[in-house]
Amino acid sequence: MLIGKKPDIFPSEITSREVFDNRREFIKAAGFGLIASAASVAGLLPLDARAAVQRQQKINGIVKTPYGAGEKLTDYEDVTTYNNFYEFGTSKSDPASESRFFKPSPWTVSIEGEVKKPKRIAIEDIFKLAPLEERIYRMRCVEAWSMVIPWVGLPLAQLIKWAEPTGNAKYVEFISAADPQTMPGVRVPVLDWPYVEGLRMDEAMHPLTIMAVGLYGEVLPNQNGAPMRLVVPWKYGFKGAKSIVKIRFTEKMPQTAWMKAGPSEYGFYANVNPTVDHPRWTQASERRIGGGLFSPRIKTQMFNGYADQVGQLYTGMDLRKNY
Amino acid sequence: MKAPSKRQLFWLKTLLFGIALIPLGRLVWLGVHDDLTANPVEFVERSTGTWALVMLMVTLSLTPIRLLTGSVWQIQLRRMTGLFMFFYACLHLTTYVWLDHWFDWMAISKDIVKHPYVLVGFSAFALAVPLAVTSNTYMIRKLRENWKKLHNLVYLVAIFGVLHFLWLVKKDLREPMVYALVLAVLLGVRLYYRYKNKLAKARTAKFTPPVPQ
Repeated sequence: MLIGKKPDIFPSEITSREVFDNRREFIKAAGFGLIASAASVAGLLPLDARAAVQRQQKINGIVKTPYGAGEKLTDYEDVTTYNNFYEFGTSKSDPASESRFFKPSPWTVSIEGEVKKPKRIAIEDIFKLAPLEERIYRMRCVEAWSMVIPWVGLPLAQLIKWAEPTGNAKYVEFISAADPQTMPGVRVPVLDWPYVEGLRMDEAMHPLTIMAVGLYGEVLPNQNGAPMRLVVPWKYGFKGAKSIVKIRFTEKMPQTAWMKAGPSEYGFYANVNPTVDHPRWTQASERRIGGGLFSPRIKTQMFNGYADQVGQLYTGMDLRKNY
Repeated sequence: MKAPSKRQLFWLKTLLFGIALIPLGRLVWLGVHDDLTANPVEFVERSTGTWALVMLMVTLSLTPIRLLTGSVWQIQLRRMTGLFMFFYACLHLTTYVWLDHWFDWMAISKDIVKHPYVLVGFSAFALAVPLAVTSNTYMIRKLRENWKKLHNLVYLVAIFGVLHFLWLVKKDLREPMVYALVLAVLLGVRLYYRYKNKLAKARTAKFTPPVPQ
């Protein structure tokens, strides 16, 4: 005879393994974050992120291109420890230290809006969509500093072709991941999360525009926008949406995160332009990262030096108004 | 708070002097070890600016301590903390003029005229110069009553200094807001006591028995 003894624990009360592990990781992440931010707020400890730089997995079969020949590359350490990636915190050293619990795999990107049929694509398949190329590009931040970065990626045009947008698609919107569990910066309403960026269709189709999946011949580190980010070398760096989860084709111009944050300071186009100052600081010159304490500023070039290739996209437009 | 003896005060001042030099020592240490981050100029600029603000807040807290606790001796530390504020402000400005702009006076003057955060920062520094120059005992004696009036400029220096930080920041205002809040409290305490004293004075005036005619 079976006399049912009342169980001590109902099955519904048992924490699943997944939730249990997540919770531990979350607590760990929160702890690390707390210590790190306390130290940086105190300002006494230099967060020596550079010492902790880890290299990533190599990408095979990258096609070399002539872009950026003769440019001196910015050190890997600098490219991966001096980042603006507010989802991981607003200080430049935050992304490198705060992104360690971020998981760029598995990853799928959903394609929506003005397309024949909405679809999803896994990051592995994006790697196989077209031969991956190395593109050495100058990167000019709106804060008047710059780097030279050897990206690995594919022309965005290839991905767009695969997405099959309809004739109504005039703009492309890029939406970044915003997971408060693994992206501590998202818990703070500094920007209207998720991060949104956008391009006009002809800008998106331009051969210079790429979806980067790596740098220095290796897979993108988390702090640089893993697993996939936008790179538009003639625009200010903030146009390069990171950790993209969604691409939406639209008929109307998208409202980007920075346009919402400061419409008088950040426009939709955000082309590098030394003659149009940011309302608060100059854009005429820039500091090239890696020069050390005693290297002077260099002059900023129109369209970040890519005027020959992209100038015609903006003929007849008042770049003072369309900043 | 019990006032320290002369000897204790000397050691306290020496200790304070050493502590106030730590931020500079740290910059030198990091510089020697090539550890000033990927953007060393910005780092030095930010750090020296931050410490100028901190020293200014410390300087401005000595009077509220007197108002709140009645303790007076700490006022003797004010000249030193004030001069350290000026010291870090000088390093900040030097970094800007030299390392950031390499004495490109055209670019610098454009920057001051066109960009409000630079203008208020520069104004704060300009207003701090006469305060530093007249901080010695000789000038205090010479200026007498006017010295106090002149040194009221420190409030303007503080407001401009905090605005300078606030307007420079792109989006995350949390750090400059801390300084704004501290300054608001430090000035608020002063205003409160001023109002209280005035009220008390008015009251005693009211209750003064009329002089017999």
